[in-house]
Amino acid sequence: MITVKDVEHVAKLARLELSEEEKQKFTKQLGDILKYVEQMDEVDTTGVKPMAHAFDVVNVMREDEVVYEQTKEELMVNAPEEENGFFRVPKIG
Amino acid sequence: METREKYEVVIGLEVHAQLKTKSKIFAPDGTEFGNEQNTQISPITLGMPGVLPVLNKRVVDMAILTGLALDSTIPSRCKFDRKQYFYPDLPKGYQISQYDEPICVGGHLDIAGKRIGITRAHLEEDAGKLVHAGSNGISGSNYSLVDLNRAGTPLLEIVSEPDMRSSDEAKAYVEELRNILRYIGVCDGNLEEGSLRCDANISVMLKGATEFGTRAEIKNVNSFRSLQRAIEYEIERQIELVEEGERVVQETRLWDDNLGETRSMRGKEDAHDYRYFPEPDLMPLEISQEWIDTIKATMPELPAAKRARYMSLGLNEYDAGIIVEQMELALFFDKIIELGANVKTSINFLMGEIAAYLKDEKLGISETKLTPENLVELVNLIEKGTISNNIGKQIIFTMLKDGTNASQIVEKQGLSQISDEGALKEIVQKIVSSNPEQVNAYKSGKIQLFGFFVGQVMKESKGRANPKTVNELLKEMLD
Repeated sequence: MITVKDVEHVAKLARLELSEEEKQKFTKQLGDILKYVEQMDEVDTTGVKPMAHAFDVVNVMREDEVVYEQTKEELMVNAPEEENGFFRVPKIG
Repeated sequence: METREKYEVVIGLEVHAQLKTKSKIFAPDGTEFGNEQNTQISPITLGMPGVLPVLNKRVVDMAILTGLALDSTIPSRCKFDRKQYFYPDLPKGYQISQYDEPICVGGHLDIAGKRIGITRAHLEEDAGKLVHAGSNGISGSNYSLVDLNRAGTPLLEIVSEPDMRSSDEAKAYVEELRNILRYIGVCDGNLEEGSLRCDANISVMLKGATEFGTRAEIKNVNSFRSLQRAIEYEIERQIELVEEGERVVQETRLWDDNLGETRSMRGKEDAHDYRYFPEPDLMPLEISQEWIDTIKATMPELPAAKRARYMSLGLNEYDAGIIVEQMELALFFDKIIELGANVKTSINFLMGEIAAYLKDEKLGISETKLTPENLVELVNLIEKGTISNNIGKQIIFTMLKDGTNASQIVEKQGLSQISDEGALKEIVQKIVSSNPEQVNAYKSGKIQLFGFFVGQVMKESKGRANPKTVNELLKEMLD
């Protein structure tokens, strides 16, 4: 069971500030999601190796080459705040 | 008994080695050090929605090579995982790393007769750099500036077993690991520039205890000197706590090189909860024996083998160690051996005049004008008796400075050795007859005066006299 405390913990790790109302709401929603997924526990997985992917594809790699498809200016356009070519972010507390 | 001696120190190290690739581990941006901020970025590095990382093959090759050099097992299968943490140095909100299936498992490294176990080595991406504006240090800043050039640089994190028992052993381990990484060409090993970074896990326990004490992890150590200082400080701090009946807290501590102390980075309530899970954007790696064999075939001579070979050529352990420690010098020396020069004479130059020159001028051997071929020619001139050792020691400095070859200097300055007996006899005769007092003293038993006569002859001949012939002639004339 997900508790309000779990939600507070996860929110803190994600640097999210939640209102009391939101905490209640997300506790219920996350709980429902987990419960839904829990149905899979009923499947007998004896002898089945854990897998990280549904596709049977391995070794997808590229050669070690430097390629730039965008300029710095194009990439910085989306920065909410910029200073002297740096991304400017709130003070790290 | 001193308090310190009652305790056993246990040290394990986590070394992050930046792999020397051209591009990043999952993105095609460049990896050069010191470029203008945010010029080595791409949508992948910025964590834009919808982008996909693609693994750099060279990174895998380098990790396999490193694993082989450390006698690790390369599992036939490994995968990548997401390590979640929210900090602006990685815009995605997670770092791609390897959690439970690393690329290298086990292994070891030997330092001065002691074997240090390697637990594992895994691949991950480096984070960007934060510049804290507005004030000095994190606490006083008003905001932070982010440079993501380094974000995504490939790192191989090499984790040791807690096998080290002193700061000296820890230093020796990092030095040898750095040597290996540099010789196999996967990492610059520059602690100051951060291409090699080191975190130390340290605990203390009473001697004879069977259980390790609680450990603290020390970060921000960026030189061999601060590594040792940080460990020494931390040992003292922990022993003091234990002696006072207090407990060591498991935590991450930051080394402050200016203050010479470690301090707590984050409290227990802020302890990291990384919530690892398999990276869905990257497919697993399957590494075949064939792939491993291909990499193994490229393995150069490792530092330990090089030291052993040098010692078999007649170098003492100290000299062999010094040469191997400086890869440039070792490769230079290898070339000299290959060209067939006398090893002892060559090493005397390398460890003597050349080492002194490099130290004074703060240069690496490749930054001088001296080539292996030129040094070999000089050594051969001495071996053949064309010039004396002393003349050689004088002209080596000219060769280092302007790249002239030895025979040119010898010819131009008329420095060739006088081995002709007739010519030398004349000089010896002159010295003997102009120092009758010393001759008498010598003859009456003050045999240590022999050196005086040799010196006078050498001086008279401007260092060109063949010392062996001079010795023979003097003996003939005086005895």
